[in-house]
Order: sequence, then C-alpha cells, then structure tokens
Amino acid sequence: MDYFLTEQQTMMRDLAKKIADEKIKPVAAHYDETEEFAWPIMKILADSDLFGVYIPEQYGGLGGGIVDMCVVTEELSRACGGIALGYAGTGLGTIPILLYGSEEQKKRFLPDIAKGKRLAAFCITEAGAGSDAGSIKTTARKEGDHYILNGTKQWITNAGEAEVYTVIASTDKTKGTRGASAFIVEKGTKGMDFGKKEKKMGIRASATREVIFTDCRIPAANLLSKEGMGFIIAMKTFDNSRPGVASQAVGIAQGALDHAVEYARTRVQFGQSISNFQGIQHMLADMGTQVEAARALVYATARMVDSGAKSVAKESAMAKLFASDVAMKVTTDAVQIFGGYGYMREYPVEKYMRDAKITQIYEGTSQIQRNVIAANMIKESLKK
Amino acid sequence: MPASIIIFLEKCTGCTLCVKACPFGAIHMANKKAVIDMGKCTLCGACVEACKFKAIELKKDAGAKRDLSGYKDVWVFCEQKKGVIQSISFELLGEGKKLAGKLGVKLCAVILGSGMDSKIAELSERGADIIYIVDHPALKSYQDDPYTEVLVKLAEEYKPEIILCGATTIGRSLVSRVAVKIGAGLTADCTGLDIDEKERLLLQTRPAFGGNIMATIITPNHRPQMATVRHKVMKEAEIDKSRKAEVIRKNYPEDVMKSRTRLLDVIEEIEETVNLAEADIIVSGGRGVGGPEGFAMIKELARALNAAVGASRAAVDSDWMPYSHQVGQTGKTVCPKLYIACGISGQIQHLIGMQSSDVIVAINKDPDAPIFKIATYGIVGDIFELVPALTKEFQRLLNK
Amino acid sequence: MHIIVCIKQVPNTTDVRIDPVTNTLIREGVESVINPFDAYAIEEAVRIKERFSGKVTVLTMGPPQAETALREALSLGCDEAILVSDRKFAGSDTWATSYTLSAAIKKIGAFDVIVCGKQASDGDTAQVGPGISAHLDIPQVTYVKKIVEISATAAKVERMTEEGYDIVETPLPCLFTVVKEINTPRLPSLKGMMRAKSAKPLKWTAEDIGAEPGSLGLDGSPTRVVKIFTPAPRKGGEMLEGDTTDVSKELVELLKDIAIH
Repeated sequence: MDYFLTEQQTMMRDLAKKIADEKIKPVAAHYDETEEFAWPIMKILADSDLFGVYIPEQYGGLGGGIVDMCVVTEELSRACGGIALGYAGTGLGTIPILLYGSEEQKKRFLPDIAKGKRLAAFCITEAGAGSDAGSIKTTARKEGDHYILNGTKQWITNAGEAEVYTVIASTDKTKGTRGASAFIVEKGTKGMDFGKKEKKMGIRASATREVIFTDCRIPAANLLSKEGMGFIIAMKTFDNSRPGVASQAVGIAQGALDHAVEYARTRVQFGQSISNFQGIQHMLADMGTQVEAARALVYATARMVDSGAKSVAKESAMAKLFASDVAMKVTTDAVQIFGGYGYMREYPVEKYMRDAKITQIYEGTSQIQRNVIAANMIKESLKK
Repeated sequence: MPASIIIFLEKCTGCTLCVKACPFGAIHMANKKAVIDMGKCTLCGACVEACKFKAIELKKDAGAKRDLSGYKDVWVFCEQKKGVIQSISFELLGEGKKLAGKLGVKLCAVILGSGMDSKIAELSERGADIIYIVDHPALKSYQDDPYTEVLVKLAEEYKPEIILCGATTIGRSLVSRVAVKIGAGLTADCTGLDIDEKERLLLQTRPAFGGNIMATIITPNHRPQMATVRHKVMKEAEIDKSRKAEVIRKNYPEDVMKSRTRLLDVIEEIEETVNLAEADIIVSGGRGVGGPEGFAMIKELARALNAAVGASRAAVDSDWMPYSHQVGQTGKTVCPKLYIACGISGQIQHLIGMQSSDVIVAINKDPDAPIFKIATYGIVGDIFELVPALTKEFQRLLNK
Repeated sequence: MHIIVCIKQVPNTTDVRIDPVTNTLIREGVESVINPFDAYAIEEAVRIKERFSGKVTVLTMGPPQAETALREALSLGCDEAILVSDRKFAGSDTWATSYTLSAAIKKIGAFDVIVCGKQASDGDTAQVGPGISAHLDIPQVTYVKKIVEISATAAKVERMTEEGYDIVETPLPCLFTVVKEINTPRLPSLKGMMRAKSAKPLKWTAEDIGAEPGSLGLDGSPTRVVKIFTPAPRKGGEMLEGDTTDVSKELVELLKDIAIH
C-alpha cells in the first residue's frame, strides 16, 4: 500500500531496508544467540544519519518527525526486533528532551544523539512500579544547585550502552504522581551504576539492565521542564513513542510474514508447493491483511502526532495495541506455516515470535493501552 | 562511414525474437516493432542472427583493408615465477602448436627473465620452433614497465600474427598494456581458440556474464591478434625430448628496462600447498560448514586428495577462511577436474565461479539447494558425517 | 589529493536468469547496479581523500541511464561526477573504452591516483584499467589488496598474486585496480543521498573530450564479436542415496579416476 511518504522518507526507508537486508539479517541469529549488544550495527546506523531523522535540523538532525522514526524502526525490525530496539530505545530516551528540553539542553544533547555518537535510554519502570507508574520509589533531593538521586530503575532498555538517560524520580513524595520530575543523567556520573544484564525470552540483542542510583549528584540544570512535571512528561513521551513500538511490531510481523510466504512457496508436501493449499493461502491472506491494517493505523497515528495534534493518547494506544497483537498473531502463524521447522532455532521464524511478545508488554501492556483508550473515549463522551 | 544498425520496419513482424536474443537488453517493442536503444547496443549482431525476417541490418565498416601479410607466427608468452615456467605456458604451447599448424607458421615461445638459458631445453621439448629470450636482471620478477616495453619492442620487430598469454594476474596486467601500445586486438580469458583458415583469423571464444553467455570474437583488421587464455582449459603440450628450437636472444638498452614501480617483496601465503587456479581438485566449504573449526574437516579431505581448499563468499565474509580462497563472482573463477562443494547452497554468484568444472560434487542437507541443479553427483545429507567418511575412503584408495 | 575513480554500470548478476525454454538471458526486471568491484574502488578513493583531504571525481562511460550509478557514487562520498556518453561509443571494446576514458581523464586535468575495480562483472576482462594506464603512460599496480602507505608523491601497496602478494612501491600519479579484500565499502548516508540527488553530473560527448573519431566505438575497436550463444545449461546429474558409508563408497568409486590422476 502506498503511504505517500515524502521523497526524503522514501530515501530513508530504502536506506534502512538496505542496512536491514545487507547488514542486520546476516547477524540477527548471532546476536540473538550471544545476547551481545550489536555495536557494529549501531555504528552503521550512526554513519547513515538515520539516528537523526526525527531530530530538528538546527540540532544536526534531518528535521523529520515520528513518521520518519516509524519508517526506520519498521524496516530495521523486519530484520531483527532486538537490534532495532537499540535505535528505537534511543528514540524513547530522546523524546522527553525534544518535547520538554530547554534550548540549552537541546543544544547540549541532541547533536550527538542525531549523529549516533551517543545512544539514549528512558528510565521509569521499577520493581514495584510497572503498569502503576505512579508508585515509583526513586527520589531526587535538591541540594543547592544539584539533585541527589537514589533508587533503582528496572528493565531499562539500552542501559549500560546508552550515554544519555532520561530518569523519572520523585522530588516530593507527598504529592504522589504530581511530585515526580524528569532528569537527564549522563553515563559516568558518580553514583550511577548498572545491574547485570537480564536474560530475556526475545529481543535478546537489546541490552536490558537495572540502573542504580546511590547518592548520584547531578546538576540542577539537568532537570527537564520543572519539578512536578515528571509524570506528565512520561505520559506525553509515551503518547509520542507508542507509534514507534507499534512500528517495531509491524516490522517484526512483516519480517515473519515474508519468511512464511517464501517458505510456503518453496516447501513441497504431497508433491506440490504448500502454497497451493487453500488452508495455507487463507492463513497468508489473513496475516497480510492484518499487517497492512496495523501499518495503516500506525502511519495515520504517527502523522497525527507530527501534525501537532493536542491529544494523541487514545490513537497512540490504539496503534500500539493493535499492532502488537497483530505481531503476536502473525508471528505465531508464521511458525505454524513452517511446521516443525518453525519450532527449530536453526530457522528464523521462532525468533520473530519471541521478539513479538515484548511489544504487547513494554511501554504499557496491552491491558494498559485498553485502559487508556477506554478512559479517553469516556472522557470524550462526557465533553459532548 | 561509421558502423550502424538499422531495423527495416516493413519487414519487422514484432515477433520479439530479437528482444530475447539481445544479451544487452537493448531492444524493446514499441507499436509492435523492434526499437534499438543505442545507449545499450554494442553492435554485437546477435539480433541479426536471431531475426527470421531479415529485418535487421548491421553494417560494420572495417575501414580500409590493411595489409596484414607482414605478420606471421604464433607467439606464446611464457610466464615464469622465480625462474620456474608456469604450467599455463605449456598449455598455451600445446594449443599454439595446433593454431600454428592450421596457419602453416611457426610456434614461438617468448620468455623474459634473468638466467633463463636453462629453460631453453624445456621449451624446445614442449614444441617451440623459435624461442625468443630476453635476459636481464631487471626482468627477474614481473614488473609492468620493463615487461611491457620489451614485449612491445619484440612484437614491433618480429610482427607475430597471434600472441597468447595466460589469463593470470600477470598476463592480464601485461598484455592489456601491450595491446594498447601496439594497437592490437585483445580478447580476455578465452576458453576456446580456433582458426578461420580462409580468412586466417583467430576465433576466440570466451564466457561473459559469468559464463551465462559465450561470445566468439575476432580481430579482423589489426595485428597481432592477442588473447589471454584461461588456465586448465587447454591440454599441456606433449614432451618430445628430440626437439630443438632456434634461439633468438635480444638485448635492449637500459632505458627499456627501467621500471617506475619497484617490487619490494614477494610473499607467499596460501595456507594449503595447492594454488586454486592450478588445482585439479578443489574441495570447497560454505555457510553449512558452520565455522572455522568446520574447515578443519574440509582441509582434511583436501589433503587426502592433494586438492586446494576453496570457500564460498559466506564463509569468507564470516572470516572462516581468507579471501584468497574465495571462489565466485567476487573471488576466483576456477575450472578444476573435480569440484567438491560442501555445505554450499549454490548462489548464482558462487556458481559463476565454478560451473565450468568438469565434475561437480555437491553435499548439502537441503534437498532444494540450487547447487544440486548443476552438480554431477549430489548427496543430500550431513556434511559433518559425509566429509570425514569420504576422507577415510579416499585415504584408503590412495593409501595415505 | 585528486583521486579519479572509474566505474561501470552493469546488470545485477543476482537477477540474471536463463530462460529454461529459449536458453537465453532474461533481461526483464534486471536492475542496473555499480559493478561490484567498483564499489571497492569508490570506497578506497574516498578513504584516500579522507586521509589527505582533496576530492574524488567519479567517471563513467555509458548510456544516459548510467547517471544513476554516478549518483550512487556521489552518495558514497565522491565529490564530482562525469558521464561520458555518446552514440559514437557504441560497440567499444576494451581498447576503445580505455581510450575514451583516458581522453576524458586528460580533459579532467591533474590527478594523483586513478582507482578502478579489478574487472567488471559483465565482461570480466580486467583489461580496461591497465588500458587506461597505458594510454596515459602512467605506472600501474593491478589487483591491489592493500594500500600500506601513501604520500603526496608515492605509495606502497600489496598486489595480490596467485600465491600470495607482492609488495610494490610506485610513484604518483599512478593507476590502481583493486580487489575485494581491500576494504568493506560503506553504505551511503542519508545526507549523502540527498546531496547526490540534487547534484548534476557533468555530461561529456566524444567532441567534448577531444577524441579521435576513428578511435571510438566499433570503429576504434580492433576486436569484433561475431557470434553470441548460450552454452548448453549444465544439467543436474545423479543424486546418490543411502547411508553415509554406502554413499561415500559409491562416490569414491565414481571419482576414482580423477582422484588417482
């Protein structure tokens, strides 16, 4: 389907596809197996300028928006959802600075991120604060012109590899969610440590660690916006980033579907290609239709975000919900089409199924997305 | 008048035979008539032959016929390394003898080097009627400048009608320059040579597009007719100890021997003892070999057969084998008597490099691997079982 | 430092297929790409430039469509592009091609290094690079697998041979033909692609490069193609079946004569 991308977006899609096909596909299984972080691929992405597609030109980027980020994320995810996350996770860590950073903060951090010199990460989740993000325990205490951070963030994507972290911490416990604030913390700051690397079901090429703050002193100038804005920043960030996760899901689904079509065409059973069987044909048709529907919703939402629409929470949640459910369904069906081969790790599709699962969980589970969607629908109805 | 190609629209029936025949994709149909894109057309004439309606005419104006009668004899440039005459030279002498016979001229060996007198007997026995020797310390090892200058001077003085040279790294570098300097026609990497006796022309047949098409090429109006010839295609000349060649020694002034480039060192680094291009048997490994450890078993089989070790691009790109062992489009083209492909699926780029081997054996666990489409013998199975088993069987056969 | 890199647009061999019925090349849908070996030449030229500053001029002879190849070269770091294109070039063999390119290079003017791929994947001759150096009468090193040292006046390089490699020193200006081992070509950058998109390659005709009409195209080519044919496709042979020991024994029996040689 034609999504009427601009010339520049078409160019970045083609370049991302080239990198995915030529550089990522051949190593996807390797990184999945070893769980190493794919630095050589990050270097290639950096040299290609793709880290800068959604960053304004005055900060060294290419001046695009969320559509551009989605285009790239989808293409990379088609080859490996885990490696693509090094890219998309940087986007998640950068969005708060793009949305709420001061001119000084943008000048300081965005050019290096746009060039791919530094990766970024976003830290909100804690052991006791997952879907219930309001109950975070990490604190930031003001001391002169510094803040002192204490607490442990859990399951942080890109942790240890990234150099720029956006951290949500409580500056006033008595105010609950309205007492949360957002900070930029640079890797190497004294008192900032990383836990051991988590062993995951899928997206194993991505690094997931704890980020531990022990009397970590950061300059007050690293506060994003003002105190008490932390929860709003987090929610607005997710509204912007969810199309990105959704495009990761679309990419994973498309990658699995491509393998499934190819396999169905070449696999011979009962003396003929299994793609001759209507049972397989109908599965492929459903998979293709679902992926396209998800993609259409993702791009429509991303465009809405880029248009500057005031509230995109509902649509973003819908895109992420739908695309991640499609990814799970399509990758499961792809394994089914491969049959026994699909279950073997020597063949590529089971990895897509493992990678797809996380898209239904992180940046808000599918259940939380439904809460957001319903809450917005009810709110809209009240306003009528 | 320059060369031209015309389509007679009244004769063209729009049958598209020419479109299919064109190896350069230069013909398309417009309003059911053939149209030639002159940007792509090379005036090769394949369409003229394909057209059943005589609707295409190719005019190749060869210009004023030159007097070529002053050129005679078939020359073979005999490549030597460290004073050892390379086997390709014997293959060329074998083939050159046939060509010289058909033309009724002499077969001449040309050798450049330092202290090459000891090689006269060897070249005589291989059938040379005349041996041109240029002996000078500057010619000890190959260098582009003096070799080019000397060969140009020799050709200008003695006017051979044919010069053959191996399609080796040295041969291709050298004769390309010589051909330009003396205005000769040069055809690369020939796999077939013959003589059109009526026209006294050398018919040079060579593969293009990685062997997907073959072209026969002539040099109608320039002399000498020069060709580089692929290794292992022609048969080596028989040895006849009774033969004695006439020897012509040439000396040239020092400025002819000058080289702008300087050879500092010669490094030999082939891991296995056998050179890929020279090998009669090659055992090759691909992605299916799984890693550098897997190549140990490939090398073992190669040792048993006294064979060279090859590798697919996938194996080289994964750093399991050095690039010097790569067979295929971006590696080496080989044509041994026997090529054993282990765990190689057979991408077109690999096939291009080895499909002219006499016998191809493919071992792969995927029954649908494209390699089986060109293999003389195919085995679907686990290379980790089959390769060691084969090694053992060959060792038994060859008493190793 | 001024580096000139000569490239050729060729059909992508990955796409080349043979029609099983007519036994001819299927050209439909075959994409045109930069000759794979030339990608290494472009990368090496850009690397030399990055070491010394200066510029890379990319040069090709071909039909107007070859401009796509030039744009790709620009997106990979070349600075200027020249397309030498004229119907008079039709039918050029390697002699005429190297003559035409050397005439264009003379028009370009001063240069320090010319880099070419070792051969093109459609013709596989490896003759054009050395031909250019002969026409220009400059030193050459073919099959270069590594540039060990390079200064403004000289270079030390490794030349691949059948047995290993030679270490060769050459003064500049000179011509190198390069092999795959020399580098891993970079992918284009988005900014490079955008710059290439708006760039306007120079277009030179036979007249522009001041070439002798008699040395161009078919007339300037000593060789003539008289016949083009497709070799009978190699047929898949026998599949051997059975357990490991049996098939090994069977195969060794079949190959006995070759193995004993």
